[in-house]
Amino acid sequence: MKIDLTNAAFDADALADSVPYCAHLGVKLGVKDGRLVLEMPFQDHLIGNPMVPAIHGGVIGSFLEMAAISQVIRETRATATPKPVDITIDYFRTGRPVTSYAAARIVKLGRRVINVHAEMWQDDETKPVAVLHGHFLIVAE
Amino acid sequence: MTGGGGLREASAMAEIQENWRSIMAVAMGKTPFIVSLGGEIVEVSPARVLMRLPYAEKLVGDPDTGVVHGGVITAMLDHSCGLAIGSALKSPAPYVTLDLRIDYMKPARPRADIMFEAECLKITHEIIFARGLAFQDNRDDFIARSTGTFMFSRPQTA
Repeated sequence: MKIDLTNAAFDADALADSVPYCAHLGVKLGVKDGRLVLEMPFQDHLIGNPMVPAIHGGVIGSFLEMAAISQVIRETRATATPKPVDITIDYFRTGRPVTSYAAARIVKLGRRVINVHAEMWQDDETKPVAVLHGHFLIVAE
Repeated sequence: MTGGGGLREASAMAEIQENWRSIMAVAMGKTPFIVSLGGEIVEVSPARVLMRLPYAEKLVGDPDTGVVHGGVITAMLDHSCGLAIGSALKSPAPYVTLDLRIDYMKPARPRADIMFEAECLKITHEIIFARGLAFQDNRDDFIARSTGTFMFSRPQTA
């Protein structure tokens, strides 16, 4: 991935353009108050349960993983995509059919392995829909 | 519209229970997000399921290598586990994912199908335990595995 996430004025569509799966979810990157925040507008194909309706748990997991990876790239200035080693997702609330947001922070920045925590929310950031914590491996060039 | 509704409802319920497994499999095979990924159900048996995901450009997470995004594996494992639970239940009961852990052993080989096998391990009053496996050619050389905990939306009495 050849995107400069360290630049606050980067093209928000760059990630989606270069990563097909981000484009499939309609994920956009932005910087708010110096913090990297991902945005995912609702689309019909993100639905997991049409009866509720609710966003698929796998969409939520994917979105959180994108937030974690983006944060790792931003802080390590990695030029190769970091590899997930393991992730755990805790689901707190139903993902409603509205715009979702996600942000991540590095818990422990190791030389090769990075521990990351990510949160997803919708209208209210103090009420997360789901959180992720996981380990990502920095890929040597 | 309403005349004889109770009777029709009762027979419809019986039919749903009888065909619950296949109805559920059909419904979960039509989940919009899974359809959008191209995921398909290969086989459903009590408490077990096998799904397949053909390789597609839209699934790619690393354009340099063509490897699919980890989130794709997460989504398919979550869905497979949910389906394995549905096929283990005797009657319809709504349940939601509490947590899901994924271990990524190695990247999926690009331009090849990925298979997902899931199993419902235990159903209790409130909580359900399931696990899943993602692999390509060889089931023993898996690319990822998952452990998930699910919860009934309403406590079970049966």
